[in-house]
Amino acid sequence: MLLIRCPYCDEERPELEFRNAGEAHIARSTNIAGESDDDFEKFFFIRANPKGVIYERWRHIHGCARFFNAVRDTVTDKFVMTYKAGEPKPAKLPGAAK
Amino acid sequence: MSAAFRIPGAGRLKQAKTASFSFDDKSYTGIEGDTLASALLANGVHLVGRSFKYHRPRGFLSAGAEEPNALVQIVRDDARKTPNVRATVQELYDGLTANSQNRWPSLAFDIGAVNDIASPLFSAGFYYKTFMWPKSAWKNLYEPKIRAAAGLGVSPEKPDPDHYAARYAHCEVLVLGGGAAGIAAALAAAETGVRVILADEQAEFGGSLRFESGARIDGENGYAWAQAAIARLKAMDNVRVLSRTTAFGYYAQNFVGLVERVSDHLKSPGRELARERLWQVRANRVVIATGAIERHMVFANNDRPGVMLASAARTYLNHYGVAVGKNVGVYTANDSAYAAAIDLKKAGVNIAAIVDLRDNPAGPVIDEARALGIEINFGRAVVSAGGKLRVSSMTVQPKNGGGERTIPVDAILMSAGWTPSVHLFSQSRGKVAFNDETRRFVPGTYAQDCVSVGACNGTDGLAASVDEAYAAGAKAAKDAGGQAGKGAKPKVDAGESWSRGMLGAGPGAGPGTTVKAFVDFQNDVTAKDIRQAVHEGMHSIEHVKRFTTNGMATDQGKTSNMHGLAIAAEELGKPIPQVGLTTFRAPYTPVTFGSIVGHARGALFDPTRRTATHGWAASQGAVFEDVGHWKRAWYFPKAGEDMHKAVDRECVTVRKVGGLFDASTLGKIEVVGPDAAKFMELLYTNPWEKLETGRCRYGIMLREDGFIYDDGVVGRLAPDRFHVTTTTGGAPRVMHHMEDYLQTEFPHLNVWLTSITEQWAVIAVQGPKSRDIIAPLVEGIDMSDEAMPHMSVREGKICGVPTRLFRMSFTGERGFEVNVPADYGEAVWEALWAEGQKHGATAYGTESMHVLRAEKGYIIVGQDTDGTVTPNDAGLDWAVGKKKTDFVGIRGLTRSDLVAKGRKQLVGLKTKDPKVVLEEGAQIVADPKQPIPMKMIGHVTSSYWSENCGRSIALALVAGGRDRMGETLYVPMPNGTIEVEVTGMVFVDEKGERLNG
Repeated sequence: MLLIRCPYCDEERPELEFRNAGEAHIARSTNIAGESDDDFEKFFFIRANPKGVIYERWRHIHGCARFFNAVRDTVTDKFVMTYKAGEPKPAKLPGAAK
Repeated sequence: MSAAFRIPGAGRLKQAKTASFSFDDKSYTGIEGDTLASALLANGVHLVGRSFKYHRPRGFLSAGAEEPNALVQIVRDDARKTPNVRATVQELYDGLTANSQNRWPSLAFDIGAVNDIASPLFSAGFYYKTFMWPKSAWKNLYEPKIRAAAGLGVSPEKPDPDHYAARYAHCEVLVLGGGAAGIAAALAAAETGVRVILADEQAEFGGSLRFESGARIDGENGYAWAQAAIARLKAMDNVRVLSRTTAFGYYAQNFVGLVERVSDHLKSPGRELARERLWQVRANRVVIATGAIERHMVFANNDRPGVMLASAARTYLNHYGVAVGKNVGVYTANDSAYAAAIDLKKAGVNIAAIVDLRDNPAGPVIDEARALGIEINFGRAVVSAGGKLRVSSMTVQPKNGGGERTIPVDAILMSAGWTPSVHLFSQSRGKVAFNDETRRFVPGTYAQDCVSVGACNGTDGLAASVDEAYAAGAKAAKDAGGQAGKGAKPKVDAGESWSRGMLGAGPGAGPGTTVKAFVDFQNDVTAKDIRQAVHEGMHSIEHVKRFTTNGMATDQGKTSNMHGLAIAAEELGKPIPQVGLTTFRAPYTPVTFGSIVGHARGALFDPTRRTATHGWAASQGAVFEDVGHWKRAWYFPKAGEDMHKAVDRECVTVRKVGGLFDASTLGKIEVVGPDAAKFMELLYTNPWEKLETGRCRYGIMLREDGFIYDDGVVGRLAPDRFHVTTTTGGAPRVMHHMEDYLQTEFPHLNVWLTSITEQWAVIAVQGPKSRDIIAPLVEGIDMSDEAMPHMSVREGKICGVPTRLFRMSFTGERGFEVNVPADYGEAVWEALWAEGQKHGATAYGTESMHVLRAEKGYIIVGQDTDGTVTPNDAGLDWAVGKKKTDFVGIRGLTRSDLVAKGRKQLVGLKTKDPKVVLEEGAQIVADPKQPIPMKMIGHVTSSYWSENCGRSIALALVAGGRDRMGETLYVPMPNGTIEVEVTGMVFVDEKGERLNG
């Protein structure tokens, strides 16, 4: 069972308290009704599914209930870091060698 | 029966404490502290089982957890019959009853052994090639026969009466394995003051010190040192010492699963004792000290009872005081078997000969064996074992061929070398590395904060292992925040050191031979099978494994994997590291379901939610159904009524008079804040800004792709306060969906969301008399049609307690939903029930609720929709705000497929024969005469007998359904095709006049 640091509670808590909520940094258009088919496809259907570092959303659903962002390595399953919702994608990852 | 093979003065068991036991209905006597294996061996019993595939007689290979052969059934009572227990780890208790497995009619005469003669039919991969024809034989002949033959042992017929405990634990240093290395590591870590857990699978600590007779540490015999060290550790407050505890799984972030066998070794464990305890340990650092496992030699008939690992024979002698034979042969490719021969010889057992595959080995053990007068043959091989139910001889030949010589023996001890136990390291996702010099896989690259020490790290020799472990334990503690320790490192005065040996098949079992030289005993895989797999094109070790099943039995190839790999590599002409090792997976040894499940069974398996009126409904004889976690009243049968009669009566009574229904399970969410209306506009398709306070609206929630996600009636209690209802099953996900958008897409909106599902009990009162039933109990609310029209909400009091009174209808009748704080739910229900009785109203359950809403064509999300249905498909286009510029799903709704013609639309269906009730989920076709497979144009989503209509009714999703009104369609069923007519969805009161009736 993974330990995940909730950036709001600022504590490592067991995976059971959390729920994954898909890829992060996919913003919903403020003019979604006017979006082209291609743009809507990218927004709603297309996901990166990388082998390696992924930016994704998690929710501390059985804790503070907040959504936040996490950087995880899909190969090692290790969480590189977590940060609050709305914060920009980190420019540099801690301890990133790759 | 006297224990003929127990040697006086040998071993550590106290002879005085005897225990009687039975094996295959025969009684024996053992000693307390014995395993079932050592007790049977003491009585001269080697034959204990039949092999899985060929039903060959088998004995004990090992004295530990790696045992592939000696699997027995332990029987305590009808419910406690544990199959596949390794006799080598089952501790003896007085009265133990064990039976052999996989034989009929008896262990010595087993009909299934015909498989051994017919073995050419059962070579590797036979199940991929045979049983293919004729096709019909699979179902009628092959499958039943295979099922009857498959599996070992017999499952108990009754539910497991034992209970299983579970504990979570945290520590700075977790030490896995309690041999010399593990104890040294634990001592070093414990002396720093950090929390330490030390676990070992055996009943007593010491690991290989149990058989290493010459080991001396800190001036004491090695085993005695181990016991003293454990006593010291147990006395320390910061240390937890767990015996009989197997680390079976190593998971992410140093999370390790241990299972402690609490009472399987006791004669009569009290009910208060758990059978097993699951430990889920999170450790800052893990020290892996799991030792090494001896490999057998691969030669013809190496599976005969009496042929065993040299270290096993040594354990039986030095720990249990048991000689495994009287005239013992030894076959080895490394030094360690010499130590076994020497110990046995000194105990008075004749050593017939040592056969050593090596040409000219030298060393102190060889000198000592020679000095004891033991015959030693270098450069020779045992090419075959004689005997059937017990080994009777070994046939020796120069390793490169030549004259054979047969030596009578009653046991053969073998050692091909030692395989480091890298299982847990590998499970931690560490990568093993092959050492070309010592020809073994050892821990290479680490993936977690752990370290391997001693034999499992490929460290040879007791002194080196203890040094390495002590340093690693101290470092682990320091890295985890411990202080410098004050203790002294244990000093190894004498210890043994073995390495090398051989991998793969020995002489006489090499390429071109067809003898039964077993690699994997438990799955009956021979050297020939591995080579055959390679010939048939299995070039990856993972394929070889699956094709031959090598290493796939419950012992997971602890003794066989390296041999199998070496044979495959030789056949492929590749070096071993290029062929690679198969993946190690949890569990290390079999784990009971009970220990994983723990307390989560029966009533504690899953939470049960009950509404405030549950007790009342039960007292009225309600039949309940499970809806998610909820128990809901399904129907209320009166004396003599079956379900249909009860539902018919309830439905008719609701429309004629009235009915009470518990709707408390509906999800309820309060949406509050200055931007509440704006938020509602974004989350639902409907317009909300202009909804007046005190009014309600039926809302539809979509996903971003435009499909219906949830629905429910929403009441506006104040300009900044909405009382939202959701479907029963949808409540948690709707809340999650709302929170997601509020927190991440619309964080600028000033809104709070609160789940109020549990706060309010909801009593639906429906029917022409509904207002008459409620009104006498209500204070402060004008319930007239003018003051409180359909789809309105008022706050006031009922029976003196606060209420949110909704006028709404899920039946098409005049209706109300009385919300009261859940604590008052039962009292208010009883008051309303008393009023209802005056009018002849009924209580109704979920089944009638379904029928009544279907009669009106009201949909149920998740039944009439399935995640591919748009509001337009469901005939609910009116609920989508046409002037809105944004809501979740607005863009999805305009996708080309969602506006295309011919989409499946919800319609009503009437069977031509009104008495026929369609089956929900039944497929619909336009032409029943078309060839199979027919083109299906839709399916039935809801279908009921409607007593109010005097006929069956149904809803269905049909392609282009609204353009097919009046058309005849067909529902093909196994017993014939049913003709149906496409109709509108409303079967009762099409004009909707009864809402005010």
